Amino acid sequence: MQHFLRKTVAVFESLGDRSLDSFERLGRSTLFLVRVFKSIPFVFLRPWLLIQQLYSVGVLTIVIVLVAGTFVGMVLGLQGYNILVRFNSESSLGTMVGLTLVRELGPVVTALLFAGRAGSALTAELGLMKTTEQFSALEMMAVDPFKRVIAPRFLAGFLSMPMLAAIFSAVGIYGGYYVGVYLLGVDDGAYWAQMQKSVDFHEDFMNGVWKTVVFGFVATWIALFEGYDSVPTSEGIGRATTQSVVNASLAVLGLNFILTALMLETS
Amino acid sequence: MKSPLVEITKLSFNRGSRIIFNNVNLDIERGKITAIMGPSGTGKTTLLKLISAQLEPTVGSIMVDGQNIHGLDQEELFEMRKRMGMLFQSGALLTDLDVFDNVAYPLREHTRLDERMIRYLVLIKLHAVGLRGAAQLMPSELSGGMLRRVALARAIVLDPMMILYDEPFSGQDPISMGVLMKLIKTMNDNLGLTSIIVSHDVNEVSAIADYIYIISDGQIMDQGTPAELEETASEWAKQFLKGLPDGPVHFHYPALDYAIDLFEIS
Ligand SMILES: Nc1ncnc2c1ncn2[C@@H]1O[C@H](COP(=O)(O)OP(=O)(O)OP(=O)(O)O)[C@@H](O)[C@H]1O
Ligand SMILES: [Mg+2]
Repeated sequence: MQHFLRKTVAVFESLGDRSLDSFERLGRSTLFLVRVFKSIPFVFLRPWLLIQQLYSVGVLTIVIVLVAGTFVGMVLGLQGYNILVRFNSESSLGTMVGLTLVRELGPVVTALLFAGRAGSALTAELGLMKTTEQFSALEMMAVDPFKRVIAPRFLAGFLSMPMLAAIFSAVGIYGGYYVGVYLLGVDDGAYWAQMQKSVDFHEDFMNGVWKTVVFGFVATWIALFEGYDSVPTSEGIGRATTQSVVNASLAVLGLNFILTALMLETS
Repeated sequence: MKSPLVEITKLSFNRGSRIIFNNVNLDIERGKITAIMGPSGTGKTTLLKLISAQLEPTVGSIMVDGQNIHGLDQEELFEMRKRMGMLFQSGALLTDLDVFDNVAYPLREHTRLDERMIRYLVLIKLHAVGLRGAAQLMPSELSGGMLRRVALARAIVLDPMMILYDEPFSGQDPISMGVLMKLIKTMNDNLGLTSIIVSHDVNEVSAIADYIYIISDGQIMDQGTPAELEETASEWAKQFLKGLPDGPVHFHYPALDYAIDLFEIS
């Protein structure tokens, strides 16, 4: 009995500890973000730092986005055709592919790929810098790591996401075009005309863009914070990297639902 | 008599419930080489981090060049740190820059010198630590001892007023050890630097230090010039300096009685 009581108390204790921990982390991550914001003006004095990061965060993710976008578009073409053909409306394939990509799959899948490729790399990089005391060394050289290291990476992630999502949607539309028009015989003109007619700039396109902006912000923030806040050991870096990808992916999927609901509400 | 460059008064510092320093008073004289010695894990690195305000003391104050270093705002602290160099125990080089760029980094951040001048200064410092030929290597291509020598070159490249050396000799072969000792000594004497050296190497330290503090268990166990220490030598200091296994100094991290621990049935 005593044993059982002790066990139960221990369970509650660890639950309490954990929730305190997560509140503390939430607080720390907010302070982290504030420091990042304060350091952003500095980046405009050293645009070179941003360009370097745009390359390693953005450009190196493009290949994955191109490949994934093409395949997703091709699958949309296949599935879409098979559904639409039942209603004799396969000429609307362009509408379906375009809307799905611009409103949902473009922002969401790109954000997931971004978290897996760029986000994990950012977390591991910052974790390594912390473990090898590079942040302390920078501070001892009177250099603020937030200005020099973190803010440029934040801006780069934030700016790359919308561009990557645009690339994803563009190649996806061509993937759908290839399958629908070339392989399955949908009318070439109809594919584009239908898409142009029914994809609205404000309703659809801008809503998609807003999503990518939010996702880019959140995924980059999580990646950088997990790295900066990691336990400075090799094990800690590994754990932070996994957490960064998992947390960013869940945050993106959750936020996507909320944003979609809000956008449908206001339209 | 000049006032000390670093004045530590009534310093206490805890890590969780562990007391690392307990009411320590310690002065670092200007223009001298002061050595901090003590068993592994007593807080020598911690002391350097406290002096350079990377850590905050729990109680007590640390004055550096007449200013309370923990009362400065970030800008003032950075101004102060431009006049400090620190050699980290691990080297702490920036892994995405090569050796040359690592040493050039403080110059590029804090001066407006042109590339020719930077190249000139960096090569002089790298030559002093014997690594001019390694300028184009990346940190991942260096050995531990080489890493630390590059870090030393970086720490002195801005010609600071004070340098904190954390274990400059560990991992060095006898030749580079000798060169480093001479380098530290000549820099100190010719440039009027103040040097704080954390080290385990009793012989090397005794040869170049002007004053030695031996710390252990959160206290200063002994202090004095190398000659004084050789003479007065409390039981404690004698054991430490000679490296004898038995005596008042504990080799073990605090633990339960060995026999109890071994035969404990849980
Ligand atoms: N980040 C930390 N968190 C908690 N405890 C720490 C941390 N860093 C160091 N310590 C503890 O503080 C004590 C002093 O550490 P410090 O690194 O200053 O020792 P040291 O004298 O430099 O040892 P060494 O000669 O081995 O380098 C150690 O016992 C260590 O357990
Ligand atoms: Mg140490």
